[in-house]
Amino acid sequence: MTALTWPQELAIRSALALTVVAFLLGLFSVMTYIERRLLAFMQFRLGPNRTGPLGLFQPVADGIKLFFKEEFVPQAANRWAFIAAPAVAITTALMAVAVIPYGGAVTMPRFDLLPEWLRGRPIPLQIAHLDVGVLYLFAVSTLGVYGIVLAGWSANNKWSLIGALRSSAQMFSYELALGLSWVGPILLAESLRIEDIVACQAGGIHRWNAIIQLPAFMIYLFAATAEVGRLPFDLPEAEAELVAGFHTEYASMKFALLQMAEYVNMITVSVLATDFFLGGWHAPLVSLQSAAGVNLGLLWFGGKTGALLFLFIWLRGTLPRLRYDQLMRFGWKVLVPAAVMHILGTAAVILWLTR
Amino acid sequence: MPFPDSALSDSQRSDRPPSSIAGIMHANLPGGVVMIREFRGDLSITVKRETWAAAAVLLRDHLDCDFKLFLDLCAVDRQGRVDRSERFEIVLHLYSVSTKRHIRVTTPLPESDPRLDTLTKVFKGANWFEREAYDLFGIVFRGHPNLKRILTHESFVGHPMRKDYPTARRHAPGKCAERVLDVPQDSQGMVVNLGPSHPSMHGTFRVQLLLDGETIVDAAPDLGYMHRNFEKMAEARTYWQIIPYTDRLNYCSPFMNGHGWALAVEKLLGIKAPPRAEAVRVVLSELSRVMDHIVCIGANVVDLGAITPFFVTFRAREAIYDVLEACCGARLTVSYVRIGGLAQDVPEDFDALCRKAISAAREVIDQADRLLTRNVIFVRRMREVGVLSADDALSYGWTGPCLRGSGVAYDVRKNHPYSGYEQYDFDVPTGAVGDSFDRYLVRMEEMRQSLRIVEQALASLPGGPVIVDDKRVALPPKSAVFENIEALMNHFKLVFEGILPPAGEIYGYTEAANGELGYFVVSDGRKCPWRVKVRPPCFNLYQAYPRLIKGGMIADAIAIIGGLNVIAGELDR
Amino acid sequence: MTASSPLPSYVPILVLGAIAAGFAILTILFSHLIGRPRSTPAKSATYECGMPPVGTAHARFPVKFYLVCVIFILFDVDAAFLYPWALVFRELGIFGLIEMALFVCILGGGFAYAWKTGALDW
Repeated sequence: MTALTWPQELAIRSALALTVVAFLLGLFSVMTYIERRLLAFMQFRLGPNRTGPLGLFQPVADGIKLFFKEEFVPQAANRWAFIAAPAVAITTALMAVAVIPYGGAVTMPRFDLLPEWLRGRPIPLQIAHLDVGVLYLFAVSTLGVYGIVLAGWSANNKWSLIGALRSSAQMFSYELALGLSWVGPILLAESLRIEDIVACQAGGIHRWNAIIQLPAFMIYLFAATAEVGRLPFDLPEAEAELVAGFHTEYASMKFALLQMAEYVNMITVSVLATDFFLGGWHAPLVSLQSAAGVNLGLLWFGGKTGALLFLFIWLRGTLPRLRYDQLMRFGWKVLVPAAVMHILGTAAVILWLTR
Repeated sequence: MPFPDSALSDSQRSDRPPSSIAGIMHANLPGGVVMIREFRGDLSITVKRETWAAAAVLLRDHLDCDFKLFLDLCAVDRQGRVDRSERFEIVLHLYSVSTKRHIRVTTPLPESDPRLDTLTKVFKGANWFEREAYDLFGIVFRGHPNLKRILTHESFVGHPMRKDYPTARRHAPGKCAERVLDVPQDSQGMVVNLGPSHPSMHGTFRVQLLLDGETIVDAAPDLGYMHRNFEKMAEARTYWQIIPYTDRLNYCSPFMNGHGWALAVEKLLGIKAPPRAEAVRVVLSELSRVMDHIVCIGANVVDLGAITPFFVTFRAREAIYDVLEACCGARLTVSYVRIGGLAQDVPEDFDALCRKAISAAREVIDQADRLLTRNVIFVRRMREVGVLSADDALSYGWTGPCLRGSGVAYDVRKNHPYSGYEQYDFDVPTGAVGDSFDRYLVRMEEMRQSLRIVEQALASLPGGPVIVDDKRVALPPKSAVFENIEALMNHFKLVFEGILPPAGEIYGYTEAANGELGYFVVSDGRKCPWRVKVRPPCFNLYQAYPRLIKGGMIADAIAIIGGLNVIAGELDR
Repeated sequence: MTASSPLPSYVPILVLGAIAAGFAILTILFSHLIGRPRSTPAKSATYECGMPPVGTAHARFPVKFYLVCVIFILFDVDAAFLYPWALVFRELGIFGLIEMALFVCILGGGFAYAWKTGALDW
């Protein structure tokens, strides 16, 4: 197969980026529906079931409603920062997905409609192949706090401000544990490329990092939950305390964008957990990797991510939230030391095994 | 035929002659005691206003008195009464947990100089009650630290509970006070309003907070957003017309308010409801208690971020509402109780409905127990939060589950059984620390005990009528009204003239879901009460709230208010 | 394939960023066009539980929050060293492990100091 020219390559990547963004936004709306329904079932309720069959069109109705909602900026707010904040939040949230691989490669079908250079070409499902993929993720996920702080500060509302400050301190505190939990898998894979880390886990469930790096996986789950502000760590918007936290003053599509950013972040951390710890698109048993000659990688990938997303919803249906000081104490005094100890332990074991 | 003037002969409520207290009062306050009298078992001591504070201290500290539990303080306007000595009268109700005695202390105040020494240094709970008397009657308490209006708003003119207040006067809606809190000049903190329109201020409470980051430096509540002056309305209603109004006090357990009111009026009249009515009252009251605790715990947990237990517990509430609905057709505003009994007999499937409610309640209590009691996050949010010692709780006038959470085993149902509670076997749980978690545990256990009581009451539900056979109190049956002239006239007279109790004043008290619900009723022998004072348990609970949250975090403030179960309808009246 | 890619590896990220930012701006613009504002003084007042707010939210705030941020930056920069170390760890061998243990100990000293002075408490 001939090598691609740069416009062709750019076209492929742009199409992929568009697809991923569209897919994430679609998944966001589906997630709102699924979350409401699942929570409702956990709470002996029905949830939204009136719009369309089984209420499936609820997200569409919500979207239309939010578009038509009155555009609203409080008088005391810093107008431009107030409008920019949701855009910053969603942009940084979507940027994080650039280096994440979603599955092996997909071979383009040999349709006549496609240009000749595309027919039968394998396309890896990853927008950008960075050598420093993990570092990029680390950087971009920290940027996420900008949107929230900007939103909370610009509204000139005290509850928003407290929410924003809580959020920044919380994200910083757990960011550290989150980053440290990745070092174990990196040690094993000897690469900062996420696709290499996934490849390292091929060959069955016993090679998954969730098994051989269990403490790191636990630390990651705690930190990721806090990072995306889900129960029991949803303090930035704790509705019983801060009314709605940093987005108290937001309405219409700007509110929707902030929500979207949150859900995209939630999906991102689930996808990352799948890649880092659950073997990515690899099946738990090698024999289950493909059926009838079709590679089921994407299915496995989606299933694992879905299971993690379900976990987030389940947690929300089960637990109360922590108090702020308890949250900070847990992050700094438990997770960070545990993560560092775990790294040193892993390194020592590797050294001993390869002696 | 007049109602008997003597005390209830079969009552256990006045267990000791008042002579000992009278002796102590006379010996220690020579010349200070004006009058000692007893009516329907209520001991009432009138003192000179110069000895007011001294009398309160004496009653609190003297070992043979030991009246440490501050119950209520209110004013009475006696304008136009022939028997009055002075226009105003201040009435203080105290209770002694050790000797199981109530006492009423009163002092007359002249219209020309309605001033009195404050009791805020004697009882912590007196603060808000004195503000209320100032607000509604214009009584000035010398030495009070913060004598401002409490139930009405700042720009309100006049004192609405005075008899000469023009009730037809319209008020332009006043502006609420922007600042309730005294912020020191050099403070760097942030002043935030928590409420009235806040997700976890259930009802309409407002607390102004001074924050240092997330820590609460100072707090001041502002109440009265749901004030409708129930007490003033009661002065223009006959005794049974007041029943529907009582449903709106603690609207989480409306039946218990009516139960308390009926018992208070029955005490004034010197009558007793028939056994069947009393047993049904106990069943419905205890189910209401379960319902109230369910709301309290469910809402408390929602405030902590867990929504599911709320929905779990509320299923039992539905079953209990079904029982009430079957009895009287209403779920919330039941108005089922009547003076001297009940409006009508219970339906045939009453027993089955109650048992359904019991099993539903058992199930959800167990589920909530599994979800919460050993949930690490929940326990850590509740433990060591909002601690109040037993002494302080008494001084603030806490009663009910909150007082028992602080370790004082005072339960009206045990100490002064009414409606036949002495027949039932139940325990009174108490806490050890007095924190939010203890209050939660006490409520959980109380629900189980309540269900025990309901089962016992159902098992021995007596037959017979559900309302007294007394023409002066109970309406004749409707069929009789249509058929004979005597019943028709009786009906006419009762409806138009009302129940005419003897002149006198009584304090009727029951164990409502939140604590001792007291009705202080002053009658001048006419069809409407001269004065009704509700002693709302929430008022005392909420008064301690600023103290409980100071030094804590915002999240603690939220965890505590849910556990106190302050109900706006009862707090603001 | 990546090795032979004619495109610098960060270009797709820029494309993605452009798509994301474009989506955000278009959404806000679109909702601005169809969600007509009908502002009233009461509506555009700052929400503080139904009360007129006392003072502004743009006031001083306790230093604790900044303290957390500063500590975070310290440790975050340190944590960033762990990545390249993890990458080449097998080549470094026992030397690398001891080196990193020393590094973590120094870090731990700072951490212990922050812990002891109560910077991590709330």
